[in-house]
Amino acid sequence: MSDSPAIGETPLAIEHEARPELRHHFSDEQQQRNAASLGMWLFLGTEVMFFGGMFCGYLVYRRIYFPEFAVSSRSLDLVVGTLNTAVLICSSLTVAMSVRAAQTGNRKLQVPLLLATIFFGLVFLGVKGYEWNNKYKEHHIPTFDFSARDLMEKAGDRHVLGLDRISDSGQLQAREAEVQRHSQVFFSLYFALTGMHALHMVVGVGIFSVITWMAWKGAFTPEYHTPLEIAGLYWHFVDIVWIYLFPLLYLIDRRPGA
Amino acid sequence: MATTAVSAESKNYLNAEYGIRSWLLTTDHKRIAILYLISITLMFFIGGYFALLIRLELLTPAGDLLTADMYNKAFSMHGQIMVFFFLVPSIPAVLGNFLIPMMVGAKDLAFPRINLLSWYVYIGGAAMYIWCVITGGVDTGWTFYTPYSSLFSNTHVVEACLAIFFAGFSSILTGLNFVVTVHRMRAPGMTWTRLPLFVWSHYATSIVMLLGTPVIAITLVLVILERTLNLGIFDPSRGGDPVLFQHLFWFYSHPAVYIMILPSMGVISEIVPCFSRKRVFGYTFVAMASIAIAVIGFLVWAHHMFVAGISLYSALVFSFLSYLVAVPSAIKVFNWTATMYKGSVSFSTPMLYAMGFIGLFTMGGLTGLFLACLGVDVHVHDTYFVIAHFHYIMVGGAVLGYLGGIHLWWPKISGRLYPEAWGRLAAIIVFIGFNLTFFPQFILGYLGMPRRYWDYSHMPEWQALNVLSTAGASILAVGYLLPLAYLLWSLRYGKIAGDNPWMATGLEWKTSSPPPTFNFEQTPEVTWEAYEYEKMPLPEEVTLER
Repeated sequence: MSDSPAIGETPLAIEHEARPELRHHFSDEQQQRNAASLGMWLFLGTEVMFFGGMFCGYLVYRRIYFPEFAVSSRSLDLVVGTLNTAVLICSSLTVAMSVRAAQTGNRKLQVPLLLATIFFGLVFLGVKGYEWNNKYKEHHIPTFDFSARDLMEKAGDRHVLGLDRISDSGQLQAREAEVQRHSQVFFSLYFALTGMHALHMVVGVGIFSVITWMAWKGAFTPEYHTPLEIAGLYWHFVDIVWIYLFPLLYLIDRRPGA
Repeated sequence: MATTAVSAESKNYLNAEYGIRSWLLTTDHKRIAILYLISITLMFFIGGYFALLIRLELLTPAGDLLTADMYNKAFSMHGQIMVFFFLVPSIPAVLGNFLIPMMVGAKDLAFPRINLLSWYVYIGGAAMYIWCVITGGVDTGWTFYTPYSSLFSNTHVVEACLAIFFAGFSSILTGLNFVVTVHRMRAPGMTWTRLPLFVWSHYATSIVMLLGTPVIAITLVLVILERTLNLGIFDPSRGGDPVLFQHLFWFYSHPAVYIMILPSMGVISEIVPCFSRKRVFGYTFVAMASIAIAVIGFLVWAHHMFVAGISLYSALVFSFLSYLVAVPSAIKVFNWTATMYKGSVSFSTPMLYAMGFIGLFTMGGLTGLFLACLGVDVHVHDTYFVIAHFHYIMVGGAVLGYLGGIHLWWPKISGRLYPEAWGRLAAIIVFIGFNLTFFPQFILGYLGMPRRYWDYSHMPEWQALNVLSTAGASILAVGYLLPLAYLLWSLRYGKIAGDNPWMATGLEWKTSSPPPTFNFEQTPEVTWEAYEYEKMPLPEEVTLER
């Protein structure tokens, strides 16, 4: 392992002994910190492209199936979605505060703030699970007996979908089948996007459990807190993905009375 | 590895530690490169086995050796293994991993543990793919086109998608490591314009890996979700659109061509000046051409879809952009040729591969222009013309560059010289075998032979060219097995190479062969420009043979 000093490298090993955080192949802490931070930013770039594939699909289908997307979006629970957004924003705040606490050397604050972050993350996941369970009951999960019947009941929805303008019963049936298919695309994307986001949240909670443990052991000082900082970058990224998902999925068409 | 004969006092990365643990838990970029070398060689021969089955089946017009289903699996698995498990990691994960830290004057890549992780992720993917092969294989073609892959295929599509997802994740980690290393780990004095062109081309490759690979990852995840959870994203019967899959797939898979060819171009840019004893002609242009290829390469993907029902206007734009990517590629070819012009050229093994590369890549590139042309593309779409075209790039380009690079840096990697006469013989056999295999396929394609058909008994006149192609493939196989044999032989019996047998420039030649674990005794300070061959003496071996 490269951590153990290799034979013939004694001067290096002695030099590094005084600075345990500095890994052998960097010449100083500055270089190590810059490398770690650039690495995380690049990784977030790949994450943007990863979610980008699904956002691209969303864009295409939202354009061609707009009425179905608008009606399906309205069936999502706005209050719960907003609450969850607030929870996630709070978690980003506690992350930012914990980084600040590490920078100022405030050890006492770090652990409670990080625990709060994990708590908010778990609340978000719990609420998400509650929402998915509701979707299951409403037959809105594509695999399990998907049905868009309830999206075609309200007068406002029927108007948006154009169902109220069709008089011929054959045409009406064909259009209803179409609505069924197209709203299924919306929910497919809904579950793919929120599912992938939730998976990133689970990973984030895992990362922050380790970070909290490190903070509790007193690993972070004003001079060295790179792991906390780059884990924070990851958390903010996952937060920002949701900031985009929320309006794209929940707020397509929320005109009052529609 | 036999390193016992290397003088006892020289401590290097091979004899620093012993035991299987010291390899499987190493974070030394050089050892990880060797791990990659062994694993991709294994995958190469598995992929080659399927190529052999394809060629044997096509020897006769009737579909007699394999069943139609088996043939579908053979070409699918040949393509997937060769693209995702051999070509994409080939030069970056082996030579790039070994050389980039040395070339920039660093002790290791920026993230050594992530580097090791990338190998384990690759091995996880490769193991899963081999599992998929053993349990029955996959028959979707290497492209996984929906709705066939998501609805109809009864083969192991999910396992194959997951395996490739892992392989992709491994290449993201490699690319990330390279970008950070080039940005943050350069030795004092190693400015951007002093970097070897090998590093520039790997920088460009890494950008493509970082921005392209996540898109294929999510695309394959969506295929898996559509297959397992019935999400309707690409399936038309559930409102989805299969053309969206093709867009997302080619958004990665066309730039992936540049992931495969750019590192090879980097190798050629090292070989040509070294064996012409001249500076690279137009260093800045060659470096910038790599970046230009990476950037424009992202804007041409829909030329794979001219017959998929995309709008004519977008097809026109994509056709134009596809022509445009030929410009930086041509800059490179012209600059290599100009480097050789009036140079003191020696026909050593790496140079033979490099010259083969230049010729074959030019053929592959020019036939690529045929395919960028809308009218011609419609005529030869999905024929052997396309197969021949991309094999001229993938094999004539990427594989020849890989072999040339392995030979050029073999003395550095192993500390020993390979037998030069055998090396030249193998290079010539590969060149002849390659052309005999794939040139007839241009003609076959132009005559209308479609790809992915296992039976052409309605057109027996195609047989003569197919026989030529199969004969060529057997010669090519000999050309691949020869280096495997004599390189392994040279590990024990090869002549001790010395630190710089080619009298090449570049920091990797300034350290001992094989290099010590941390590459340099002292961090080098660079005060010279790249490729100052006019200041280098001629190598002994070459002087004798000239």
